[in-house]
Amino acid sequence: MSRRPYVRPVSNTRWYLSNGRYRRYILREVTCLLVGFYCFLTIWALAVLATGSADRWNEFLASQQNAAMAALHAFALIYYLIYMTFDWFQLAPKAMPLQFGEHKVSARTIILAHYAAWAAVTAFVAWLVGVIP
Amino acid sequence: MSIAKKAVVWGLFAAGGTISAFLFPALIGLFLLVAIDKVPPGLEFGSISAFASHWVGKSILFLVIFLSLWHAAHRLRVVFHDFGVRKDKAVANAVYLVAAIGTVVTAFYLYLM
Repeated sequence: MSRRPYVRPVSNTRWYLSNGRYRRYILREVTCLLVGFYCFLTIWALAVLATGSADRWNEFLASQQNAAMAALHAFALIYYLIYMTFDWFQLAPKAMPLQFGEHKVSARTIILAHYAAWAAVTAFVAWLVGVIP
Repeated sequence: MSIAKKAVVWGLFAAGGTISAFLFPALIGLFLLVAIDKVPPGLEFGSISAFASHWVGKSILFLVIFLSLWHAAHRLRVVFHDFGVRKDKAVANAVYLVAAIGTVVTAFYLYLM
């Protein structure tokens, strides 16, 4: 080993800006903030629901109705689909490769199956809350 | 971290990631519908409280929130490292504690319903 090894200077805080793959990685990782935010928003809704009062629930719904919240949710939905949901599906064949005997299921098939399952889950939720009949 | 622990931590992370990848677009969509004053019939008090009072609804809500919170906490821990915070032990304790509090609080509210 050399006595004074060359250490390439890399910023601890801005390293991901140098490369497109790293940027995409960081954009994906920060979706955890959205997951946390919507978890706690849902917990807040549960707290209101647990009071058992329809008036309190309607007040809660009214408090959520404003342009800022609508803009936030619209942005969050698009960002989340691109960087969390679809990215997660792209990684699925690497995290969970499927093999039956000698036959390996192709990555494309696994990814498409995820999209189909996601569409089904979303349609089921929409049906459950009465958005689609 | 020991290898045995790692499997559990990562297993819960992956389970939470899968659940939140599949369900959160729909969840965010519901909040969006509420925000633009198009509250779906299923979110009116009678229906949603019936859903959250039934043991099936309770189990779904609990599992989704517990696993998603764990997933977010674990990812946030790595994000702290990525942004140059090199105090992993303190960060890990803090993020897992918040996730644990969220989970316990969820269980409590579901118990009340």
